[in-house]
Amino acid sequence: MEFGAAMSPAHESVFVARGLSKTYRMGEVDVLALRSVDLEIFAGEFIVLLGPSGSGKSTLLNILGGLDSPTSGVARWRDHDLASADEGELTRYRREHVGFVFQYYNLIPSLTVRENVLLVTEMAADPMAPEDALTLVGLAHRLDHFPAQLSGGEQQRVAVARAIAKRPDVLLCDEPTGALDYQTGKLVLEVIATVNQQLGTTVVVITHNAAIAGMADRVMRLANGAIASIKVNARRCTPSELQW
Amino acid sequence: MVSALDRKLRRDLAHMRGQVMTIALVVACGIASFVASLSTYESLRLSQSDYYAEGRFADAFVTVERAPRALAARLAEVGGVATVETRLIRDVTLDLPGVGMPVIARLVSYDGGDRPGLNRLHLRRGRLIDPDRPDEVVVSEAFAAAQRLGPGDGVPAIINGRRDVLRIVGVALSPEFIFAVRGGEPLPDDRRFGVLWMNRHGLEAAFNMEGAFNDALFTLSPDASRPAVYAEIDRLLEPYGGRGAYGRDQQMSHRFLSDELREQEIMATTIPPVFLAVAAVLVNIVLGRIVATQREQIATLKAIGYDNAPIVVHYLKMAIVIVGIGSAVGIVLGIALGRMMTGSYTQFFRLPLLAYRVPLWVPLLAVAVSLAAAAAGAAAAVRRVAALAPAEAMRPPAPRVHRRAPIERVWPIRMLPVRLLMTLRLLLDRPLRTATTIGAVALSIPIIVLGLFWNDALDYMIETQFFAAERADVVVAFSDPTNDRVRYELSRLPGVYDVETMRAVSVRLRAGHRSYRTAILGTEDGARLRRLLDAAGRVVAPPPDGMMLTDRLAERLGIAVGDVVLVEVLEGSRRTREIAVTGLVDDMIGLSAYMNIGALNRFLGEGAVASAAALAVDRDGEAAMLARLREMPRVATVTVRREAVETFLATIATIVLVFSAILCAFAAAIAIGVVYNNARIALAERSWDLATLRVLGFTRREVSAILLGGLVVELALAVPLGWWLSFQVVDALLRVLHTEMFEIPPVISMRTCVAAAAITVLAAAVSALIVRRRIDRLDLVSVLKARE
Ligand SMILES: Nc1ncnc2c1ncn2[C@@H]1O[C@H](COP(=O)(O)OP(=O)(O)O)[C@@H](O)[C@H]1O
Ligand SMILES: [Mg+2]
Repeated sequence: MEFGAAMSPAHESVFVARGLSKTYRMGEVDVLALRSVDLEIFAGEFIVLLGPSGSGKSTLLNILGGLDSPTSGVARWRDHDLASADEGELTRYRREHVGFVFQYYNLIPSLTVRENVLLVTEMAADPMAPEDALTLVGLAHRLDHFPAQLSGGEQQRVAVARAIAKRPDVLLCDEPTGALDYQTGKLVLEVIATVNQQLGTTVVVITHNAAIAGMADRVMRLANGAIASIKVNARRCTPSELQW
Repeated sequence: MVSALDRKLRRDLAHMRGQVMTIALVVACGIASFVASLSTYESLRLSQSDYYAEGRFADAFVTVERAPRALAARLAEVGGVATVETRLIRDVTLDLPGVGMPVIARLVSYDGGDRPGLNRLHLRRGRLIDPDRPDEVVVSEAFAAAQRLGPGDGVPAIINGRRDVLRIVGVALSPEFIFAVRGGEPLPDDRRFGVLWMNRHGLEAAFNMEGAFNDALFTLSPDASRPAVYAEIDRLLEPYGGRGAYGRDQQMSHRFLSDELREQEIMATTIPPVFLAVAAVLVNIVLGRIVATQREQIATLKAIGYDNAPIVVHYLKMAIVIVGIGSAVGIVLGIALGRMMTGSYTQFFRLPLLAYRVPLWVPLLAVAVSLAAAAAGAAAAVRRVAALAPAEAMRPPAPRVHRRAPIERVWPIRMLPVRLLMTLRLLLDRPLRTATTIGAVALSIPIIVLGLFWNDALDYMIETQFFAAERADVVVAFSDPTNDRVRYELSRLPGVYDVETMRAVSVRLRAGHRSYRTAILGTEDGARLRRLLDAAGRVVAPPPDGMMLTDRLAERLGIAVGDVVLVEVLEGSRRTREIAVTGLVDDMIGLSAYMNIGALNRFLGEGAVASAAALAVDRDGEAAMLARLREMPRVATVTVRREAVETFLATIATIVLVFSAILCAFAAAIAIGVVYNNARIALAERSWDLATLRVLGFTRREVSAILLGGLVVELALAVPLGWWLSFQVVDALLRVLHTEMFEIPPVISMRTCVAAAAITVLAAAVSALIVRRRIDRLDLVSVLKARE
């Protein structure tokens, strides 16, 4: 199996993992969440991670996002060594380079839509105006609402706006449509695809939904903590073309 | 078989052990202070009444100049009098070797023997006096301890101008001298004043008082009308120089002891119940909040089919375990502290039967109150959650209808960095809870202040009473009124640079049906050494034709400035006259009346005489001057102010120190209990948000600042509120504590305020550090999964 280097929009690899393993100790038993994963992700790529529940997708994404450290192996983002970085370095890495979108949106309930975005832009070096980021996700008219006043899909779009407003180098999404209905999920995916195309942000999306895979440059399928297959899409569908 | 809920209980308690311990600690402190002080007070009170009964403490007292012993039979016939006992009492100067200061002994005749008399001695060491040995004496314990005297020691005394050596055969306590206070002195001073009981015949012979008495004790029948009895006794003794009969309420030692007991009673019945109530309220709030954080769990239990009852029982068990731990610790601690306090009062009160007792109702009530408060807090929280439909309750925390706080309309805090905004919304979201927290933290400040302010008040008392009002270094009292020319003799003594003479005379003041026995002190015009101060601290002087009273005396007599008082002189000429009260004096100790010395002497029909003199003395000349004073024939007693102040401080310091140390520890425990639990609960409620922020790239420090920033704001508001509360509490306490003999001024120093705030802030900081460690350990990955 080949890495799809030829298919990547740019040939510069941003993420590199070699022999990446993660073991969780649960009392007496060791759970092997990742078993010696090798991978490479290139700048501007749109990657979809597929796989059954418990196959290690979140663990892999968390390590790439600097939220968790591997038990052994190499994990690098450009010249940042993610495997040996300490807590402070990982925090800086997340702060400067990574945007996250989660299944449960993770908005701060006591802050308005605009303030949730401000939260991130205030500490970014070259952020968008929160209003611009919210315009991108089509929520410019809901700036002063609190999360509880929005629907799930709207909340997730706020989360996307929050993630992209600082112009991150990578956007990591863990089941961003998992809690959404079909129509709304599509809307959110469109936004993510737009960001990838317009801003050139490298995107990794975890999903259970194989249909979404059509949007990706490459689709990695995980099983049992290892990469079972990588499929290169010759042509990326737009989210509106997807059927699921 | 342990039920699943009980297992959950055990794990929850283990998991929350920090919170369990701190809440239990608050409960323990409330219970401990309640048990300790109430048991101490009960022990003291019972000891007093037991001792009075055992020692057959007299009901009434009278002093005369010299009356024939045969009069005793006439006194016994007075209606209402049950028993009479006559005595001979004389104050003499002791010539103790190696003691640089003047020491006064009160010689009291004591029959003892087989006839069970009144005011019986309680022998602590040695034996009673042998009726055939005129030189044997029994010494009062406090004095013996202060002067290191004991059986076998000889005490040289100047008796009627002759130096005699008295032999100590025993050390004893007397219900009459639990506090040995010399007339005219504000406080007991055991180093300079003691009681010696000796053979009556020896005393009669030494003072040429054969067949006579100058003091009598009475017990009254229960139905006796005291004013009538006193009037009849006074009538019988009038020809013999009777000074007026009086009851226990005006007996010096009893008055001091009852004042002390009353203070103890007030302390025991005000501070600890407040403490217990504070602890109960805190436990109620904290437990309620803890239960509220388990909202989703409760909802889930309901969703899977549990009734409300077992859920409520589950959380009640939690309350019982926490209060149970706190009660056990609190009762053990309270008994240990009570024992210790009772022990330290033994030193102070010298009550022989001081046994430590804990009335059963005290710990029972304390535990019941704590338990009820905790249970109510837990149950109310469960009920609030149970009232919701499970589906609704399972959704993330409740009334989070986030909106802008009203203040945001006025003041656009939107302009602030969002992190600050989060902190502020954290506080403003639940204004009631924030206010309760601020109030609860603020409560720890008055508790510390209650422990510390005594020193400030005492400093202030000493500052005004001893250094602004009674400014003499040495006060000399003469055995009889002496020609005022004595001032020239005194001013020639070494080291003396100022002399002022005074005239004190025993009187009974009457206003309507109220009366009070005290002394009128005549002071010089423009007095420098014995000044009178009014409530505003201004120096005032009695006018030529009027009299001034201690404000508390005016209150006791029920009169105001401008009213007249009937003055009955109880010595010499025994004149009676109405005198107008022209002003009040703000004495903090004692109840006195003041006149101009010239006016007083004219009223008494005496020439220019003095009964005492105040001296200003150089420290260097003091020793030589005291030696010369002792040789002057008319000098009865000499008081050195500095030493009196030191003794006063030394006795009070030990008690105050123990008391304040305990209160400080309790207050710190309360502050920790409140702040720690508050922060833990806030953390539990916000950990999801905070972990999200960490994921977004916020550092541990920034995230901690958001949560703990709220604590800082709460503290910043709690401290001034606590200061304000302190002034209110101290003021209210002193209002009830105000006794006739003492008035403790409501003075709180800056140092005390700062110390109270510092202890609270420190307790908060410790709690914050513990919580901060938890924030650092937040599990970031878990927030990406579903919300718990
Ligand atoms: N914090 C953890 N402690 C123990 N085991 C964990 C933890 N997180 C994940 N795992 C285990 O690691 C494996 C991979 O989990 P995860 O990466 O979340 O899978 P996925 O996202 O593909 O569903 C699973 O077996 C899971 O049970
Ligand atoms: Mg997952």
